[in-house]
Amino acid sequence: MAREETFYDVIRRQGISRRSFLKFCSLTAASMGLGPAFADKIANAMEVKPRIPVLWLHGLECTCCSESFIRSAHPLVKDVVLSMLSLDYDDTIMAAAGHQAEAILDEIREKYRGKYIAAIEGNPPLNNDGMYCIVGGRPFVEQLKEVCNDAAAVIAWGSCASWGCVQAAKPNPTNAVPIDKVISGKPIIKVPGCPPIAEVMTGVVSYILTFDRMPELDRQGRPAMYYGQRIHDKCYRRPHFDAGQFVEAWDDENARRGYCLYKVGCKGPTTYNACSTVRWNDGVSFPIASGHGCIGCSEDGFWDKGPFYQRLSGIPQIGIESTADQIGGTLATAAGVAVAAHAGASAVKRLRMKSAETAAERERV
Amino acid sequence: MATLNTPNGFALDNGGKRVVVDPVTRIEGHLRVEVNVDGGNVIRNAVSTGTMWRGLEVILKGRDPRDAWAFTERICGVCTGTHALTSVRAVENALGIKIPENANTIRNLMQLCLQVHDHLVHFYHLHALDWVDVVSALSADPKATSELAQSISSWPMSSPGYFRDLKARLTAFVESGQLGPFKNGYWGHKAYKLPPEANLMAVAHYLEALDFQKEIVKVHTVFGGKNPHPNWLVGGVPSPINIDGVGAVGAINMTSLNMVAGIIQRSIDFIDQVYIPDLVAIASFYKDWTFGGGLSSTSVLSYGDIPDNANDYSMKNLMLPRGVITEGRLDRIEDPDLTDPSHIQEFVTHSWYRYPDERKGLHPWDGVTEPNYVLGPNAKGTRTHIEALDESAKYSWVKAPRWKGHACEVGPLARYIVGYARNIPEFKEPTEKLLKTLDLPVQALFSTLGRTAARGLEASWAAHKMKYFYDKLIARLKAGDRSTANTEKWEPSTWPASTKGVGFTEAPRGALGHWVKIDGGKIANYQAIVPTTWNGSPRDAEGRIGAFEASLLNTPMADPEQPLEILRTLHSFDPCLACATHVVSPDGQEMARVTVR
Repeated sequence: MAREETFYDVIRRQGISRRSFLKFCSLTAASMGLGPAFADKIANAMEVKPRIPVLWLHGLECTCCSESFIRSAHPLVKDVVLSMLSLDYDDTIMAAAGHQAEAILDEIREKYRGKYIAAIEGNPPLNNDGMYCIVGGRPFVEQLKEVCNDAAAVIAWGSCASWGCVQAAKPNPTNAVPIDKVISGKPIIKVPGCPPIAEVMTGVVSYILTFDRMPELDRQGRPAMYYGQRIHDKCYRRPHFDAGQFVEAWDDENARRGYCLYKVGCKGPTTYNACSTVRWNDGVSFPIASGHGCIGCSEDGFWDKGPFYQRLSGIPQIGIESTADQIGGTLATAAGVAVAAHAGASAVKRLRMKSAETAAERERV
Repeated sequence: MATLNTPNGFALDNGGKRVVVDPVTRIEGHLRVEVNVDGGNVIRNAVSTGTMWRGLEVILKGRDPRDAWAFTERICGVCTGTHALTSVRAVENALGIKIPENANTIRNLMQLCLQVHDHLVHFYHLHALDWVDVVSALSADPKATSELAQSISSWPMSSPGYFRDLKARLTAFVESGQLGPFKNGYWGHKAYKLPPEANLMAVAHYLEALDFQKEIVKVHTVFGGKNPHPNWLVGGVPSPINIDGVGAVGAINMTSLNMVAGIIQRSIDFIDQVYIPDLVAIASFYKDWTFGGGLSSTSVLSYGDIPDNANDYSMKNLMLPRGVITEGRLDRIEDPDLTDPSHIQEFVTHSWYRYPDERKGLHPWDGVTEPNYVLGPNAKGTRTHIEALDESAKYSWVKAPRWKGHACEVGPLARYIVGYARNIPEFKEPTEKLLKTLDLPVQALFSTLGRTAARGLEASWAAHKMKYFYDKLIARLKAGDRSTANTEKWEPSTWPASTKGVGFTEAPRGALGHWVKIDGGKIANYQAIVPTTWNGSPRDAEGRIGAFEASLLNTPMADPEQPLEILRTLHSFDPCLACATHVVSPDGQEMARVTVR
């Protein structure tokens, strides 16, 4: 085994100029919502840190998280995999199979005990002795526990690992559970979504590698930088909501004008994610911008929260500066504030004033 | 130790050495394969096991049928969208909903986009390492690599300097000792035949394809808001069109159409200037490796897909061909009827489920699923630590679907064989041209390499067909048609009290069908038979083996401890196990015929 190299060592030896490297650092800083000053900090981190091994496991899932990850535009997944980290195990793309693949898990757990990242896509089923998901002849849940127990930190990719997602929807025939039900004593960072946005995934990884720490997490274990606000709060169609201009039926004139999708079931008002800000696939669009309401795929239990085309009966109105934790913390206030089914512009304005007051009060506190 | 002749014409011998590959990597989901090799290290028995089970169809019961696309889309995030499309077709079929022409065109664009993306990613990122030795690329001469690249394609990224830089990057990467996804690969294996220059060129294109694939899917993002897992709609597509009015920026407009047009052209360029030339170049070094044919020369199945005009799912309107060939009779192409209980049946004799009578198969409408995880008497290890399975008993979470009793192969090769047998020029001519270029007889199609080649040809076909449908969309917009959704039967109050329907597509991996039964506005029963259920099926009651198992037989292995040959052939099917290991309704359903409207 050769010496461990830093990210910077590697890319310099690969012929990438310092100028390009610094540009990469600026883009990374921007993608994480950090100011230009952080670019230097990132550059410094990349220059002095070795590439951290990542073991990426797959339980019950559909592989949409892996597919999303490889869509990352900045950084490119090519650079993530070749230069930023060492993706030593990922059964979706790795060259080795069978014994040769399993040997890698043993080697990394031994050699990098407490120093590698376990990235988990999918979740373990607990029924049938765990044998609804078999890897190497054994229940996936065993592999999951072994790999996570020796990790420095665990990333729960997507809604499967974070919440359970589709296979855990009622009646959850396999008793599939989120990974934090079977992993304890390790920091777990949840990156929910079905799948999560590519640049959110690579942003989380970059953050950990850059600052050598977990990003700030909310009470549900999600990075506050990406999951702190509702899609509704930053939706470009929000003015239509506030003005009471709604799509009434698919492909009606209001749909063509880009009005609010609340009445056709949009879950943006109750969904915490970065879709309306980071957007999807290098910023091309996001569900609402392409005419379909948000289905709330980053929320716990979203499959069982009623049909996707049924309008929300109650929307917490806490103001756009509120975070998920604050909404939770002021739930008593929020509960009394529901948007009527036919939200009129004036009513909404009143609510907004009220929520502004609430926010102001919180500021004073 | 026993030898056995299967009813579908294969000789099995489970003596000799048992070799286990688990996990099979570079696939979607979880797959295990066990083979027996004889004294000459030739595979004489193969056992394919789906090792995951999620139960999505049970979960669908009682849900709003308009939501089913979102659930079923999560069957697979690799072939993202194809289950959703199949689902909205099934629900529309059940409810008698006709979709607008524009919606059909946009759906075709999305489905073709998936074909292009999925085939490209499969070839370079899941399959290439079965043929390409990354470490050998380190000894390539950049100038000779450039000459090779320029001799086979006009693709501009081909200078000596380009390959020199890449070689330097690759060398640095390998010398770091942290090989990442290339760690413990089978580098230097005797089954690798490419010269170093071809390996270096392929590695260059592995990385270029990784960069480019994220561009292709933006077609999904434009029309469906995101990828993976774009949004769909029963009755049409969710994206409205507004070319010139107020609010056009919030709909499909000239800017987004321009993006789609640009992606289509770039996809055509990449497929025709990189993928196809690479395919030909690599194949030319493996012409002697004729293994892996399996069922392809005898039994193939395609439902057909890509309806040219909306709402017509008849053979003449489907641009991907439809048909079943059995017993190797290319002169006798039959028409699969998804609604006929005697056509498609699933067996569980060797699957971890329980049927009232396991000698009989059940049509999807009549499906029963009761998990029954038991190992056979000759299995080695324990219930939760399997060392070797007993294929004489139950051994997989995948069921065994059969068409009129026949195990069939599905996928790009099946489609190309049906298209070839039907004498459809746009399938037959490129196939013959490729065979001629490689100086191979038509029998060469029935192989691992044939499967891989058909996928490449189909990627090119699909990219060009995207252009066709883009032009069709523009022509309709010029004619003033903006319609993208039909909402006449959106409300459940307009639905019949009880109805059923079927929807089908050709997913990248092959024939895909969804069967839905709707009672009182809710899903009463939902079934899916997916491509890898066909290809990865275990044995049936009569002992017929499925496509994976058949394809591995009689393949010589250079070193059974280094299962490169097994991976090569399995990967040629592009296995998708999250798809394959579905589950049917826990209740026995009444026998019912559906009418395909």
